[in-house]
Amino acid sequence: METNTSFSWKEFVKAGLLGGAVAVLLSLVGMVAAFSGRYIVSGVFTMGQVLFIAPILLSTYAALRRNRQLTNSNLFMAGLLSGLVGSAILALLVLIGSMVNLRAMLINASPELYGILTFGRGTGLGIVILLGLGLLIGAAAAGFLLLPDRIRHALTQAIIWVLLIGLLRDLIVTVSFRWGPLSSIVRQLFAVSGLTIIGALILFLLVGGVSYWRWGRPKRDAAESFNQQRPAARWLTIGITGLILLFLPLILGTFFSEILDNVSMYILMGLGLNIVVGFAGLLDLGYVAFFAIGAYTIGILTSPELGIATMSWWEALPFALLASFLAGFVLGLPVLKMRGDYLAIVTLGFGEIVRLLVLSDWLRPWLGGSQGIQRIAQPSIGPLVLNTQQELYYLFLIGLGLVAFIAWRLKDSRLGRSWMALREDEDVAMAMGINHVSTKLLAFATGALFSGLAGAIFAAKLTSVYPHSMNFLVSINVLSLIIIGGMGSIPGVFIGALVLIAAPDLLREFAEFRYLVYGALLVVMMLTRPEGLWPEKRRQLELHEEEPAVVPAAD
Amino acid sequence: MPLLEVENLHTYYDNIQALRGVSLMVEKGEIVTLIGANGAGKTTTLRTICGLLRPREGHVKLEGEDLAKYKSHEIVYKGIAMVPEGRGVFARMTVTENLEMGAFSRNGKEEIKRNMERVFSLFPRLRERRTQLAGTMSGGEQQMLATGRALMASPNVLLMDEPSMGLAPVLVELIFDTIAQINKEGVTILLVEQNALMALAVAHRGYVLQTGEIVLKDTAENLRKNPTVQKAYLGME
Repeated sequence: METNTSFSWKEFVKAGLLGGAVAVLLSLVGMVAAFSGRYIVSGVFTMGQVLFIAPILLSTYAALRRNRQLTNSNLFMAGLLSGLVGSAILALLVLIGSMVNLRAMLINASPELYGILTFGRGTGLGIVILLGLGLLIGAAAAGFLLLPDRIRHALTQAIIWVLLIGLLRDLIVTVSFRWGPLSSIVRQLFAVSGLTIIGALILFLLVGGVSYWRWGRPKRDAAESFNQQRPAARWLTIGITGLILLFLPLILGTFFSEILDNVSMYILMGLGLNIVVGFAGLLDLGYVAFFAIGAYTIGILTSPELGIATMSWWEALPFALLASFLAGFVLGLPVLKMRGDYLAIVTLGFGEIVRLLVLSDWLRPWLGGSQGIQRIAQPSIGPLVLNTQQELYYLFLIGLGLVAFIAWRLKDSRLGRSWMALREDEDVAMAMGINHVSTKLLAFATGALFSGLAGAIFAAKLTSVYPHSMNFLVSINVLSLIIIGGMGSIPGVFIGALVLIAAPDLLREFAEFRYLVYGALLVVMMLTRPEGLWPEKRRQLELHEEEPAVVPAAD
Repeated sequence: MPLLEVENLHTYYDNIQALRGVSLMVEKGEIVTLIGANGAGKTTTLRTICGLLRPREGHVKLEGEDLAKYKSHEIVYKGIAMVPEGRGVFARMTVTENLEMGAFSRNGKEEIKRNMERVFSLFPRLRERRTQLAGTMSGGEQQMLATGRALMASPNVLLMDEPSMGLAPVLVELIFDTIAQINKEGVTILLVEQNALMALAVAHRGYVLQTGEIVLKDTAENLRKNPTVQKAYLGME
């Protein structure tokens, strides 16, 4: 048809504008500069460059893919146009920046940034290079689209893996030092920053080759294949995962054990909040309060500083758990009749109240005020005091195993079903004979208990607690990881924590932009995969109605 | 003694009075229908009976026992089950799981199994769909599920709120046939309906509710012949 093959330039200008705008945004918030020191392939290109090239490339590619029916030459024209527009926006930034001092308002619009954007060639030549790069990006996007599916797929995989491995260079190299013979191989592949050219080539060919070979073979995603395994195979998978988890700190060493501890702590909280929000559908935004109560109870009962009690960590633990469990009940009582937004706001207030109480001067003799509580006891087993990151990891692991097991058993229990029924329709659930008061309170209290446990281990890890660690953002982090992982899904909590907690810790440069990335990720997730990364089966079925919504019968 | 007796109910939503002294009774084995226009208080009456709303005045008695002392979730243990308005199936649960929730108040495994068989033979369609998520089924199937779910509680009295709402005529007929059959199997039914024609065809007796008051009560046959009812509720001139 005439209309289908004709070239609507507006759409491609728009795509270019979009890509360019994102690239400018990433430049002005400082991400491009922050990552400019981190080479993906040593001496060739950095993550900073990827950050301003990728938006233009992706946006151009997406626009082209929507117009696949165009003739090849039109496709190239469109690509060039979009790429040029995108890079022109960046060039405009450089041009304006060279004439006006933008730094007064945009602190990241530094000469350093312009240097990166112009590849260090000065404004005039730099802009020409930038525009040329834009054309190149456009042509690449069009060329990429014209490749056979199999090759394109292999290339995509290869590029993603090179980026990923290049970024994770520090982790891999540090870990490999612990494994003598391995480290000499690894050192061939990695430079001081990023991959060596040889390493990148090997990785590129390897991943590309494997994915080229695997093309067309049946594949299933991890969640699905796990669910389809026979029980014996499933236990084997769990067993092997367990063994790996057991030796992880020995494999990874101190620095990464710290990250592991952090991730475990968030998984613990995530599993708890997942019961409240995911199972029972009660949106709780003050979840950090229970974490605080767990941590502070340990502090109060073990620290000699306050002179209230000097129990051992193990002796204080039951009190910490009890206190957070009861706090869950106490919060639950006034909010029983509230639903949705109202509940969210009240719980938010509760979280703030707890934070302000531990911060207050009035309660300073008991809670330490803004100084917090120091010299908190660490747990010991016999003569061994658990005080290194690796040792504490095992404490987290035990807690995690217990809590994950409880959450998993609860899910399909009578109580779990009651939570689900209340979430779906409270009145009907009551008419079925479900006591909504005790059921809801148990959801709050169980969630609080898990969070309190996380707080108790956290206190032991830092040997101190401060009011500022009990910040509202902790609640938001936990909620975000549940949403990213998949609401109501237990494996989803693990995946969510890995993505949201481990990734920013591994890429230190990200830490500063953590919430920008969270926000963007949440928006993208809601648009493209609202059910989460490892969704609960029934939720996935609900959100993808085109497929028959049938839950496989339980065996 | 009537199985279910409602005496002089006055129910309010905050300060707005919805029921102004509703009294009715249902004998064991009967189908009694409560008809009336939108906003007459039909649903309010049912919700008051099963304890989701509390009357300011009046009593609900089951076999002579005042139900006021029971909490709303305890009513089902006394043998009153409800098929809510708009069906209210648990959308994110499968058909089987919905039915299992209906049996929440029951303990005997054998009894639950028997009830489930009974529901499946009453609605063969549900058996075919037992692993499907309830939210993805058609309105008629959801109505069957809501009815089946209420039967899972082995009720003596079944309260049904507008089972015909939003259904195609052929399905309405099917649902009413099933109501008659459930009744034949020994379940007493209080049926709230806007579709007076169908309701009076299946019921033994009927009450007409108007702005929170019972204005007429008679056998279903007499009500069908009553000129006021014909004019206001059956669409006859």
